[in-house]
Amino acid sequence: MSPAAPATRRALTTPPAPASSFPYNPGSLLSVLDLTVEGVSRLLVRATELEHEDPIVRDRILAKRRIALLFYESSTRTRTSFELASKALGADTTLVSNLSSSIEKGESLKDTGLTLRALGAEAIILRHNSSGAAWLLEETTRLPVVNAGDGMHEHPTQALLDLRTIMTHLRPGVSGVAADTLAGVTVMITGDILHSRVARSNMQLLPRVGARVLLCGPKELLPEQAARSGPGIEIERDFEAALKQSQAVMMLRIQAERLAGLQLDLEEYKASYQLTGQRLAALAPEAVVLHPGPIIRGMEITAGVADGVQSAILEQVTNGLAIRMAVMERALTAENGAAADKSPHAGRINGGRA
Amino acid sequence: MIALAILNGRLIDPAAGIDGPKDLLLIDGRVAEIAAAGKLKGKNGAEVLDATGMVVAPGLIDIHVHLREPGQAYKETIATGTAAAAAGGFTSVAAMPNTIPVNDSPEVTRWMQAPERDAKVRVFPIAAATRGSKGETLNDFAALRSAGAVAVTDDGRPILKDGTMRETLAAAARVGLTVIQHAEDTRMTQGASMNLGPVSFKLGLRGMPNEAETSIVERDIRLVAELKDARPHLHVAHLSTASALAAVRQARRNGLRVTCEVTPHHFLLTDEHVGLYNTHAKMNPPLRSAADRDAMIEGIIDGVVDAIATDHAPHAMHEKEVEFELAPNGITGLETALGLSLRWLHREWRMPLGRVLSLLSAQPAALLGLKGRGTLAVGSYADVVVFDPKVEWTYRATESQSKAKNTPFDGWQMQGKVRWTVSEGKIVYASA
Repeated sequence: MSPAAPATRRALTTPPAPASSFPYNPGSLLSVLDLTVEGVSRLLVRATELEHEDPIVRDRILAKRRIALLFYESSTRTRTSFELASKALGADTTLVSNLSSSIEKGESLKDTGLTLRALGAEAIILRHNSSGAAWLLEETTRLPVVNAGDGMHEHPTQALLDLRTIMTHLRPGVSGVAADTLAGVTVMITGDILHSRVARSNMQLLPRVGARVLLCGPKELLPEQAARSGPGIEIERDFEAALKQSQAVMMLRIQAERLAGLQLDLEEYKASYQLTGQRLAALAPEAVVLHPGPIIRGMEITAGVADGVQSAILEQVTNGLAIRMAVMERALTAENGAAADKSPHAGRINGGRA
Repeated sequence: MIALAILNGRLIDPAAGIDGPKDLLLIDGRVAEIAAAGKLKGKNGAEVLDATGMVVAPGLIDIHVHLREPGQAYKETIATGTAAAAAGGFTSVAAMPNTIPVNDSPEVTRWMQAPERDAKVRVFPIAAATRGSKGETLNDFAALRSAGAVAVTDDGRPILKDGTMRETLAAAARVGLTVIQHAEDTRMTQGASMNLGPVSFKLGLRGMPNEAETSIVERDIRLVAELKDARPHLHVAHLSTASALAAVRQARRNGLRVTCEVTPHHFLLTDEHVGLYNTHAKMNPPLRSAADRDAMIEGIIDGVVDAIATDHAPHAMHEKEVEFELAPNGITGLETALGLSLRWLHREWRMPLGRVLSLLSAQPAALLGLKGRGTLAVGSYADVVVFDPKVEWTYRATESQSKAKNTPFDGWQMQGKVRWTVSEGKIVYASA
């Protein structure tokens, strides 16, 4: 029953991974990989233009267009920011949250999306606790869907506003980006990488504009696989060694709500990874400090650093408003031709690499 | 007397070592005669099927399907599941016990085989090893066997406790039943919805490590070795990792009765096929890395793998149209197993046709001791599949005989089209 085994070591032809049809709508922003570098550049330039635009002119851009904010998780910054950005362009917004809607009665994401569409929503901004939820919503509604955070997966507008913040500090006066704009820049991301959608979006976006991403954190929160999830990503577990190499320092919150039984000694964590004034002054006195919020003062970052001169934490929030204006304008004005705008990476899990 | 003559086909019966142009005569549900092509014609006034240019082989046997009855008829029924089986060339299916209620009793075992279920092909129930498949109290294997159960398993879940697994192996050996293990250490897979690796990291999904499968397979093999004198038979369901396959290979070298099956999706697809949260690529065990997938191909070609089984797991469309983490595990498989096996194992990877067919009939029959199945020897059951090996076609889930359409193979190219499926002498499927 077992004849001499043929030369199975030869390279076998196997079925190729399927091509993706996402995004279905050219206005959607599900992942940072939906954007080409030129697309990123256009959004950054447009964010600046919109920020400086006469509010009365700006108010006409999306006048009376209907945007639904669908939020399955609590949020301060992101929700308010999207809402104010949409309203600044003249759009009408409505908020649906899982706690005060039929979602509580068991209505599915698909049905919720279809209901919003039937009510006239022209775009949906989705925050959801499950990775990939934005793809499901887009596939079933075919509306422009803007991903405002899906589980542990992505938060593309956060990465865009982080990029804008980094640019302001490290490339002042430069409005757009190209593949080498941040060449020579190391951005370190420290903390709970495993559970962080902010980290994942930044890891995919920043290397595409030339930056090196250095991840830092304990094994429990930063698995080795992270370095294999895209080009330009490295791991340095020694916080101080990483700090010494970095021009931008991004700190993340420990996501207690996603730890799922993981045991972590917080005192030990602070000793190893807390960004203190002393460490910053000694090792990265010129670096810009970022944090997507919410910050837990005294945990991953001291109050002194959060409020200090190197901190850009509140600038990030302000930049979010400008970025989200540009993203919502794109969502509702992108034409089908803009599908050509689609990155060759779009929809490819592995970003086109083997 | 009901007689059916299948004439001028290329008859392949791996168990009997036959591969050549033959006429086949079936009378009253049994194989009555095999003769050189052109000899039988319309003998005994038999109805004639012209199999010129086609392969005539033992009806296929799938030892791992979920027919969802009793309890979940909205997903599938025994009638619709076996209709899909017939369309896929299968004449026997072994039905897993994770129904509602769990098939842990002779009553449910008999209910599944009752004529009222309107099965198109033979259904062999596999009974639960433990009460309610909860992994605590063993069921009465002798009674289940008398009622028609061909193996025991808690499939969908592992038999996790060492003591319970040891007792299960020993008790099953006493009555001559196979123990089928769903090898997953669920303590390592809490909240996980795909394979653990760079892809799961990138998608932000919790992953199942290979060790969750391997550690259970290795533990079970240790137990089989300890119980060696009782000759227990351990069968590893839907094996998916290179390391677990290596453990099975070693156990066999050590003379233990350990067998395994591999599904078409595990020898064809990888975790990259999850794409952007395609719930039709979500199953348990999950699609693994390319290295694991390649190991499955190698294991099939070199003979360590004993059977191709589908793990046909139908679900209603609305159940799969949800967030990836919330979607139930499983895909359908009965209608695509032959077409994919011929397209890839035979055509692409050059495995002899007879060996591919053996993995889909003779070997699974031997594995579960299904007497008179998986062969066309005179006197055996008249279970036959007739297919045109040259036809390439495209699978369309919407045209499925199953109630469910949850397959990652929608739109895939298949090789070899089933022309007729004959179950115990009766034509149960004929394609246009």
